[in-house]
Amino acid sequence: MKIAKMVVTGAAALAAGMAIAASSAQAQGEQFIPGLVYRTGAYAPNGIPFADGVADYINMLNARDGGINGVKILFEECETGYATDRGVECYERLKAKGPTGAAYFSPLSTGITFALTEKAPGDKIPLITMGYGRADSRDGQVFTWNFPLLGTYWTAASVAIQHIAKEWGGFDKLKGKKIALVYHDSPYGKEPIAALEIMSKKYGFEFLPIPVPAPGSEQKSQWLQIRQQRPDYVLLWGWGVMNSASVTEAGNVNYPRDKMLGVWWSGAEPDVVPAGEKGAGYKALMLQHPAGKFGIHGEIDKHVISKGKSLAKADDTGQVLYNRGLINSMLGTESIRTAMAKFGNKPMTGEQVRWGIEHLDLSAARIKELGFEGMIQPLKVTCADHEGTRLSRVHQWDGKKWNVISDYYTGDDSVLAPLVKDVAAKYAAEKKITPRDCSKES
Amino acid sequence: MGFFIEVLIGGLLAGVLYSLVALGFVLIFKASGVFNFAQGAMVLAAALALVRALEVMQVQWHWPFGLALPAAFAFAAAVMALIAWAAERLVLRKLVNQEGIILFMATIGVTFFIEGLAQTVFGADVYPLNIGLPKEPIFLLESLFEGGVLVNELDIWAAVIAGLLVAGLAVFFQRTRIGRALRAVADDHAAAQSVGIALNQIWFIVWLVAGLVALAAGAVWGSKLGVQFSLTLLALKALPVLILGGFTSVPGAIVGGLIIGAGEKLAEVFLGPSMGGGIEIWFAYVVALLFLLVRPQGLFGERIIERV
Amino acid sequence: MFYREAGQYKASYGADQAIFPIAQDRFVVLAGMAVAFLVVPFLASEYTYRAVLIPTVILTLAAIGLNVLMGYCGQVSLGSGAFMGVGAYAAFNLAIRLPFLNPLVCILLSGFVAAAIGIAFGIPSLRIKGFYLACATLAAQFFGDWAFLRIKWVTNHTPSGSVNAPPIQMFGYDLSSPTATYLIALTITIVLGLAAKNIVRGHIGRQWMAIRDMDIAAEIIGVRPLFAKLSAFAVSSFLIGVAGAMWAFLYLGSWEPAAFSIDRSFQLMFMVIIGGLGSILGSALGAIFIVLLPIFLNQALPPLGALIGWKISTATVSHFESMIFGALIVFFLVVEPHGLARLWSVAKEKLRLWPFPH
Repeated sequence: MKIAKMVVTGAAALAAGMAIAASSAQAQGEQFIPGLVYRTGAYAPNGIPFADGVADYINMLNARDGGINGVKILFEECETGYATDRGVECYERLKAKGPTGAAYFSPLSTGITFALTEKAPGDKIPLITMGYGRADSRDGQVFTWNFPLLGTYWTAASVAIQHIAKEWGGFDKLKGKKIALVYHDSPYGKEPIAALEIMSKKYGFEFLPIPVPAPGSEQKSQWLQIRQQRPDYVLLWGWGVMNSASVTEAGNVNYPRDKMLGVWWSGAEPDVVPAGEKGAGYKALMLQHPAGKFGIHGEIDKHVISKGKSLAKADDTGQVLYNRGLINSMLGTESIRTAMAKFGNKPMTGEQVRWGIEHLDLSAARIKELGFEGMIQPLKVTCADHEGTRLSRVHQWDGKKWNVISDYYTGDDSVLAPLVKDVAAKYAAEKKITPRDCSKES
Repeated sequence: MGFFIEVLIGGLLAGVLYSLVALGFVLIFKASGVFNFAQGAMVLAAALALVRALEVMQVQWHWPFGLALPAAFAFAAAVMALIAWAAERLVLRKLVNQEGIILFMATIGVTFFIEGLAQTVFGADVYPLNIGLPKEPIFLLESLFEGGVLVNELDIWAAVIAGLLVAGLAVFFQRTRIGRALRAVADDHAAAQSVGIALNQIWFIVWLVAGLVALAAGAVWGSKLGVQFSLTLLALKALPVLILGGFTSVPGAIVGGLIIGAGEKLAEVFLGPSMGGGIEIWFAYVVALLFLLVRPQGLFGERIIERV
Repeated sequence: MFYREAGQYKASYGADQAIFPIAQDRFVVLAGMAVAFLVVPFLASEYTYRAVLIPTVILTLAAIGLNVLMGYCGQVSLGSGAFMGVGAYAAFNLAIRLPFLNPLVCILLSGFVAAAIGIAFGIPSLRIKGFYLACATLAAQFFGDWAFLRIKWVTNHTPSGSVNAPPIQMFGYDLSSPTATYLIALTITIVLGLAAKNIVRGHIGRQWMAIRDMDIAAEIIGVRPLFAKLSAFAVSSFLIGVAGAMWAFLYLGSWEPAAFSIDRSFQLMFMVIIGGLGSILGSALGAIFIVLLPIFLNQALPPLGALIGWKISTATVSHFESMIFGALIVFFLVVEPHGLARLWSVAKEKLRLWPFPH
């Protein structure tokens, strides 16, 4: 009898909860933006600041402007734990929410991006994969719905090699050298390999890929291999705990940290702080923006943080990944704004948002107006080029903070463009996609 | 040759760290016959409690490091005591006389509960832990081999701590009154009870001791990797150690850890590249399994395995 | 009052041994199936299909598979995620390498591959049991994770290691709509679930239960442990493998090895324990519960927290989820080892007497 009572009570509680949930979800005339986040698990240290940045920017728009052009934004997070299957579940759960469905998805996981690339065209929802995702998806003729804005991993690989060449005094110095890639053994970590192999042939350096099994908290064997092989430079393509473990282990085997260059997902505070003193000298690419506070942070402080509406601590809001979250939301909402200019000030469908992203054109003046001056450079997305810009810099951790140590590099299209074309064409053939003709797009 | 020795030493020292986690398993299994899957989660909870307490005491209350460190350890120990009490009271006591496998599954439930609770209370971020252990690499025998043999000071300290813990536990088990009671319970529950040993009390003590071992493991691993969620995955690393060393033997946990640690690192470094890398995770299990088929009780285990 | 078997006479062994001997049970099952097949497709939104119905149906089959091994034969397995993976990758390879096969045929055939591998990993169970066996199945799990990732042939040399399912179609019809997917999954699950129900109450199932309850006694009365255990591993892996192939083809569509990690194994184990060890119905109840609970918590916790002024993030929700699962496992093991299925049969007992308790 006791159990029966408990069941009844449980069912009642369940029903009450559902009712509350249902009442809170009722809203018309809102633009729904889903957030795939990971605030738990082995990748949470990096997932949390990014998710906070994404949410805070949207909350700021709602608080300050009442949304985008008067259309309020409905935002809901879904926890993926960086797991592809849970990401797909979140996508299915959120894609039809709100009056017009999800505006766009930013899964912050290359694995989830791979999975969603198959689904997005059918559902007509664009994917904004800012600085990650499929490198070949920059080809908008084949990948209509993917937008790897600000840079792909092939761009990153090209910039990384350029920076190494610059440090050594020219591309001819690469010949005969050995460059290792310590990578997260997932679609994410494997993505740059194709570009690095091509460059290794072109410039004559030896390329040594060393996989680290996920989540990558134990890397002793990998770094012992590095000690044995003695590469001249180590590229790091890690995420979550793997980054800090790599930097720590590099210190343990005394591999010079200033001969290590991380991708832009391996160059934030959570990656180096746990390593303590050992992190000093470590370098990483930047997805254009540095750490620190800019114009936008004042707005965020005023409308979100000081009102206690943010999950982020006030001290953490200038962190690299937090800033990246802000940029991610800014690019998304500006795309919606671009779409509204054409389709009117109402909630946009995924198809309309896609048009908006494809016609996104941020001038220096607009970037300044938005408060992102100093964080990103102007970009213009076109039908053929879904990346928008291929700029990146390098920053170095001095043990206390990140310092920008280089000027902008541009991804080398003489290497990248043929590769993108090649791989995208292969994908199109496999999936029986007829590439769009960009000259006919409006 | 130098490199082989280096990998071997690196593996042995990593193995010591596995042993630290495996020790907690052995203690609980010895005294209560429970295979405590939650040991990994206890490491996480202990480390989180330690690092967060340390942070609050140093940053907010401005206590000097010398005072904050013992206080934080005391706090973490109290948390472990609380977990031990709750585990005994709410889980073990209710499942007395159940089959081992039921208890095992119950501890999987406990694992998830502790993981969720610890992260809700203490946060899910990555927290660097500095308890004053040195972390510098040392190079030995540089005259013999080019580049020398690399050893990390922290690993050596971990080995020292593991050694001290084992010695301490041996004394505790052999010389103290409670230790004798623990051994009596391990031998025969009913007989121990009939001579007046309170089982519930013993279980609480043994979970507490396992919690303190988890705290030691958490402190060492935390200073190595930073305190973070992946510490719970250590439980999975410790399982092959246990199979190899035997579930009931403290020295077995140490020797098993050494063998697994050295074996998996050697396999990864020398066999791994030809097999695509990343083999160390299952290699340990396969070694343990093969061993299991030959000698089911493990290296030092008591020969009372059930067979079919 | 409504639920009683008085007046239902069984005139033959056939009637006595029927799968649902009581008329009311037959009615409830048929009505349930009618609702699932005929009513649900008219009511469900795409969201309900993708987030609730399809995963529930597929995971039900996987839970039945694990229940065969754990609940009926008493062999604890922590490697069921890997066996789902075996099914998924087997189906993928069949579809890639034998393109003339219909994807649905591949899904079913993949079960046999999983069964073969299940038998191979079941061999240690002849010598070890209990948590030693649990550790052995963990070895299968980790080996599977590694093999799916590193053996290039398995993923057809895809550079990223992420693979895609072929489009589901039959006789030229496209069957990728949520309704069709749901109906396909439901059909496969019900057919195989009923088959499993029949196996567990037949002589093989009784052998399994004999082994589970006391292996030595079983051996003495003539049960061959070798056959009983390996057949349990084979049947269980078959069901789990088919479920894995469905998970990949019908639900994910594109996946990587992490989809079949140890988390999946734990999830299946939770379904079996919460649903009820040794019950086919329980597997379904457990799957429904485990799929619905996170969705429910996600929806309900933040507003409930807001009522008391506590800002609940998705992280807190997922920590709560973990805590609730953990607590429920302990709760069910302590209070009701036969899980939700037992609650159902208690309800049936009560119904029998209701409204006159004596």
